[in-house]
Amino acid sequence: MLRRIMLMSAATLLLAGPVALAENAPGVTATAIKIGNTMPYSGPGSAYGAIGKADAAYFQMINDQGGVNGRKIDFVTLDDGYSPPKTVEQTRRLVEQDEVAFIFNGLGTPTSSAVQKYLNQKRVPQLFVATGASKWGDPAHFHWTMGWQPDYQTEARIYAKYILQNKPDAKISIIWQNDDFGKDYLIGMKAGLGDKYDKMVVKDVSYEVTDPTIDSQVVSLQASGADTLIIAATPKFAAQTIRKVFDIGWHPLQLLTNVSNSVGAVMTPAGPEKGIGIVSTAYDKDPKDPAWVNDPGMAEWRRFMAKYLPDADVTDANYVYGFGAARTVVQVLKQCGDDLSRDNIMKQAADLKDFALPTMLPGIKINTGPTDYYPIQTLQLQRWDGKNWVLFGDVLSGS
Amino acid sequence: MKPTLLRSLGLSLLLALALAVPFVASGYQIFQATMVLVYAIALFGLNILTGYNGQISLGHGAFYAIGAYSAAILIDHQIVPDWATVPIAGAICLVVGYLFGRPAARLAGLYLALATFALAVATPQILKYRGFEHWTGGSQGIILDKPDPPAFLPIDADQWLYLCCLAVTLVLFVLGRNLLRGRIGRALLAIRDHPIAAASMGIDTARYKAMTFGVSAAYTGIAGALGTFAAAFASPDSFDAFLSLRFLVGIVVGGLGSISGAFFGAAFIEFVPNLADRISKAAPWAIYGVLLILVIYLMPSGVAGLIRAMTQKINRDKETIREET
Amino acid sequence: MMQALLHQILSGLANGGIYASVALALVMIYQSTHHVNFAQGEMAMFSTYIAWALIQAGLPYWLAFFLTLGFSFAAGVAIERIVLRPVANAPVLSVVVVFIGLLVILNSLAGWIFSYMIKSFPSPFPSDAWYGSPYLSPHEVGMIAVTLAVLTLVFGFFRFTPLGLAMRAAAQNPASARLVGIRVGWMLAFGWGLAGAIGAVAGMMAAPTLYLDPNMMTGVVLYGFAAALLGGIDNAWGAAAGGFIVGVAENLAGAYLVGTELKLTVALAIIVGVLVVRPAGLFGRTLIVRV
Repeated sequence: MLRRIMLMSAATLLLAGPVALAENAPGVTATAIKIGNTMPYSGPGSAYGAIGKADAAYFQMINDQGGVNGRKIDFVTLDDGYSPPKTVEQTRRLVEQDEVAFIFNGLGTPTSSAVQKYLNQKRVPQLFVATGASKWGDPAHFHWTMGWQPDYQTEARIYAKYILQNKPDAKISIIWQNDDFGKDYLIGMKAGLGDKYDKMVVKDVSYEVTDPTIDSQVVSLQASGADTLIIAATPKFAAQTIRKVFDIGWHPLQLLTNVSNSVGAVMTPAGPEKGIGIVSTAYDKDPKDPAWVNDPGMAEWRRFMAKYLPDADVTDANYVYGFGAARTVVQVLKQCGDDLSRDNIMKQAADLKDFALPTMLPGIKINTGPTDYYPIQTLQLQRWDGKNWVLFGDVLSGS
Repeated sequence: MKPTLLRSLGLSLLLALALAVPFVASGYQIFQATMVLVYAIALFGLNILTGYNGQISLGHGAFYAIGAYSAAILIDHQIVPDWATVPIAGAICLVVGYLFGRPAARLAGLYLALATFALAVATPQILKYRGFEHWTGGSQGIILDKPDPPAFLPIDADQWLYLCCLAVTLVLFVLGRNLLRGRIGRALLAIRDHPIAAASMGIDTARYKAMTFGVSAAYTGIAGALGTFAAAFASPDSFDAFLSLRFLVGIVVGGLGSISGAFFGAAFIEFVPNLADRISKAAPWAIYGVLLILVIYLMPSGVAGLIRAMTQKINRDKETIREET
Repeated sequence: MMQALLHQILSGLANGGIYASVALALVMIYQSTHHVNFAQGEMAMFSTYIAWALIQAGLPYWLAFFLTLGFSFAAGVAIERIVLRPVANAPVLSVVVVFIGLLVILNSLAGWIFSYMIKSFPSPFPSDAWYGSPYLSPHEVGMIAVTLAVLTLVFGFFRFTPLGLAMRAAAQNPASARLVGIRVGWMLAFGWGLAGAIGAVAGMMAAPTLYLDPNMMTGVVLYGFAAALLGGIDNAWGAAAGGFIVGVAENLAGAYLVGTELKLTVALAIIVGVLVVRPAGLFGRTLIVRV
């Protein structure tokens, strides 16, 4: 009798334990989980606000399908205008006032850096930060922060390797945006070229986001006699660069950051014929690339866009990005089951094995581990032929 | 009741309320209240220059940035204890402000506005410059820890920071008020309204204008240092040109040439963007712009100006009633 | 080496054309109202979006161009009559804050209606025209020509037409202007309308090079403002000259003096330095006030 009571109590406790945990976890109830996010819906970075819209729409779709393990997702996204002090304020509000379970897909390096220490001190997961800065994969110092996309330094190393293999005598020039994003490419190139950097890189020029055009910079680079150009620029300036390089009659080998290789946002405005021969990398399928017209993965994405974001511009690759990131976090939630404590969320985020997305290129998968906080680490090289991006070579990693 | 007694009671009540804030509000709200104090100091500084002395500055964000980075660098490299960074930031900005103010004294109106705006626009680029990267952290910026309260006090870091900012605010406001009510204040007003007459009365206008620039910059620089403690982070992108425009909006909405205006303006620039965000997710800044324009329509001289006009009217009505009885 | 220098100068002239057209719009507003319109860039950007929408709807370029001019003129008049009339007697800085509010509204509305993705805007100058070269594309040449044409029109308007004279009088001395029968209120509105139209031209000329997005003009306005003051804000051809000078100086500073990392800072420092030495601008009139 006594033994049975003990066993029953133990069993009840074991069953009730995780449920009780979930109910006590911040931001979690039996029927909902609250997720926080900061995005630049105004100001200089507002083009990336589309990612936040994609995230919100994806969670809406999941809710319409019944939620994750019976819980609806309550997505709270706030505008930080790409201003770090504002990010601090909004993040504190999300954590302390709205009591979200975790912060997801915060955009921008300076903005996310501003709250990284705070979130780690408060033990709130900062999942799938929406930038390619390399600093987000540091579990030893920042256990609660994880990036998502392949980082810029890895990408730059891939370009450096490509040049060393295909054009070892290249005279390299670099145009870079004067902020963390651009600087990461310089660092990556230095790492990839090693002691050949000083000999091979003949000139590098920067530009500010407030510069109206980069014509002067391109002219300087041509004058340096370089025959290779690395473009570490955001979409508008990448389009200006590609067009200007063509117009002044310069024909270097051009390597373009994957942040700015969208067909709709960059290659078409620049002039499709002006970018022929440009090499870039990718991990996502481009919505306007004719190669994926009949692809079932992209078809699923298009159905999602038609139903949940009917007024959005479907050539904007940001919507593909958001779809992918949101699906990844839903996978994490699925893996958590009923234990949605912050500890377990972080544990499951660091336990993604060969997770594939319908919108990701074949061969590229998401993998994380307790010491591997870089979910996507592989990229595919591709070359522009005037109409599409043609994939070539193997899927590469940066090392 | 005599007006001065009423006034003192009113101020004491406000002070009591201000002291109560850290103990009734949540951490996030204390943070917001701290930012209101920080902006109030910055706006007071700008008001000294623009409201009292008539020199338009569209570049005070630069001095805020200099103060912020001075404090951040000093702490990051552990050169002085936390509390010392605030007066040092003020001193640095005093010097920089004066040096900028001397040649700027030659410029008036639009031209001064452009020169100061140029300073604001150039600031992020200077902060990101590779040559200074070792000190400033370049584009990455500097991450700090919030200062800890002394061990014997049973309060947390947010509350401690708020109380320190409150103390600094009170000291700076009392000092500033005495400065502006006295001889120097009158000289500033004279330079603003009748510069030629002022000069012929023996006031060295160029020196006064430069000194005013310095003091104004010092106030804003101290605000920047305190703001850095609150955010625990300093990066070039935090101090863009729009920050300077926000300060201008703050002093106009608060009331030019008024001391209490700094608080109204600070509350406006801290809370109205959030309010606009709640009203419309799609185009929050459009709502902010509409609210801003409406505020100017209703109160062209700012909140403080409106209050002044109302109290004057009340006093006049009282006078009329007294005369008639 | 010389080739590179020439290239930088020509490229600077192309940029300078954009700054000069914005400066002209600022001069137009200043000469007719004695205010500097900080929202000028956003008004130009919004007008360009209207033109873009018309072209997307199928209208031929020139039809869209002139319809946009008309719309921008009307919008300028409307803004003056509706938005600025209530603050006509307010202190200067309050009016500046109203401009800031207008700026923010237009920027936010454009982003909401048209999204933040960059859009191409067509150029009326064919890309294989005879006057193109590797140094200056046909559009850049055409843009400079258009800027000079607008400059001539603005200058001639203020100098030689009775309406232009009436507008200048209304701005400089409204009381006396009323006494001679000038409808001051409508002069101000007309000035805003013209500035709106000039801004629209500036935007439509700049967009093919800069690409159209809500933040297209934010960097340009500062340089336009600087150019106008550098050349003398009461002086149409001075402001335009200022624009070209700023464009070239900025390019040369970046390419030869300090490198691109401090280009903005140096360009601005030069402008401020000039103003300190010549406070009314290079070509402006120094006013002597007698007590």
